[in-house]
Amino acid sequence: MATTKLSELAKTIRSKNAGVNKITFDIIFRDRDTYEAVKRSGAVTRESVAALYGIGQERISDFVEYDPGLAIKFTFYRLAPSGSAGDGDIFGAQQYAPLLDVPVTL
Amino acid sequence: MPSLKIICPNGHLGFAPLRVESFRAGVQAGPDYIAADSGSDDVGPVPLGSDTSTSPEAWQRHDLEQMLLAARELGVPMIIGSAGDTGSNSRVDLYVSIIKELARKHGLAPFKIGYFYSEVDPAFVRRKLREGQTVTGLDGYADLSEAELDATDRIVAVAGVQPYLKLLEAGADVIIGGRSSDAAVFAAPALHHGYAADQAYYLGKVLECASFCAEPYGGKETVMGEISHDDVCVTAMHPEQRCTVASVAGHAMYERSNPYEEFFAGGRLDMRECRYEQISEKTTRITGSRFVPSEKITVKLEGSGKVGERYIGLCGIRDPYTIANIDRVIAWARDKVRERFGDVGYELHYKVYGRDGVMGDLEPLRNQPGHELCVLVQGVAPTAEMAEELTLTGLRQMFYARLPDVKGTAGSVSFPLDEVVRASAAYRWTLNHTIAVDDVFDLFQVHLTEA
Repeated sequence: MATTKLSELAKTIRSKNAGVNKITFDIIFRDRDTYEAVKRSGAVTRESVAALYGIGQERISDFVEYDPGLAIKFTFYRLAPSGSAGDGDIFGAQQYAPLLDVPVTL
Repeated sequence: MPSLKIICPNGHLGFAPLRVESFRAGVQAGPDYIAADSGSDDVGPVPLGSDTSTSPEAWQRHDLEQMLLAARELGVPMIIGSAGDTGSNSRVDLYVSIIKELARKHGLAPFKIGYFYSEVDPAFVRRKLREGQTVTGLDGYADLSEAELDATDRIVAVAGVQPYLKLLEAGADVIIGGRSSDAAVFAAPALHHGYAADQAYYLGKVLECASFCAEPYGGKETVMGEISHDDVCVTAMHPEQRCTVASVAGHAMYERSNPYEEFFAGGRLDMRECRYEQISEKTTRITGSRFVPSEKITVKLEGSGKVGERYIGLCGIRDPYTIANIDRVIAWARDKVRERFGDVGYELHYKVYGRDGVMGDLEPLRNQPGHELCVLVQGVAPTAEMAEELTLTGLRQMFYARLPDVKGTAGSVSFPLDEVVRASAAYRWTLNHTIAVDDVFDLFQVHLTEA
């Protein structure tokens, strides 16, 4: 059983606004074998991302394993809509970094 | 005709200039339409609220000039949606005037310009509320109240294909749209030429962000979509980019919480049964998309309301003891603001870069700050004078914070500028709702003019 960082397995790890009140995260893989192996590993689940970001599961609006795109995808509600005074990331584009080092045991 | 070709050179026209080389390749491929959307709610509520663009006019003009000259040279229509980032009436007027100026500058033969407005009078929405109609909140927003409507400065409705179809039927050569669904500028011409909604809406969905549906990653490059009665094919026009099964299927999830569905005024696109095939090096073919019409037309409303005038200030911190106690430094400064201005009637925000400035409450490494911090102070108040004094108090009092064991007693923070500076006024998204209408043209007014 080898443990690898998610960033070494995924082609793309990104975050972006999905409308004005949500941020969506995409973890996209190059090939189906890696995608299926990461899904099976249980490293990225509703529970694990809630724990990683320190939020309650009620803030996760969607969690999707998107087979046509070889992607695991989930979406958070923001605490306040994008661009409100005090928002540090109007586009939601820099919220993915904690995912890079998630350990995956294959 | 057996197929219709549309090129899209830019996923958000004006936000960064289109790349000319792949656009020229797209023009040489002989498209039947040239189209792009120019708006996004990604830019935050300030442009809509203050009725400005976030993109410089030079970049908007650059893209409009490239597209107009190519469209007139080929003799094909050009369609722009969501003029000037927000699609407000002033942005539509701006784009129509730029098109007319460009026509004069280049001595173009006369052509018809169709345009439509998307702004919604708050009185219209208020009347609907008082008639007992629900204006439904999206994505965690409560249904609209009159109080939230009162706090709103400007509302735009997000158009579907309907106003575009009306202007195409009227023979417009150039269409400038108010706020629209990105996909509408591509779906409307396909529908106009008799293609099925199943394919037409998918064509719009895949083209809306231009080269974001291609790989390797690189924005602002042209892609071409070709619709037939059976399928949609999408081709990258940049010599180094390809539309692959992965890049096209992957695009469906971009900026959306649900990669299988997309809602429009008049129905939803269902992508659950989509099949993707690589048919040549740069082209992917898509079949199996479905458009499901809705019983009633519901239209999305976006609204922005002013919160107050805003100033910002910056300071840095290098002392490790002060870094460990940054929350106490901020609490000291907040306390001084409270002594001067009380507890309410303003907003004061601190962003601590080097700790959690980017991610805020989502930051797992909040307890591992860097060896130096930058703090951004933002103050929002009803008047500029108050916002300035508020922000300056919130910033300068950090300098005087009293920490019990600090060695450096001459000042707790460093100032790159010993001042605060005026920023854009603060706005917030007040409307992120849908409204049901019997006639979409209650919300969108179409017009024709000539250049």
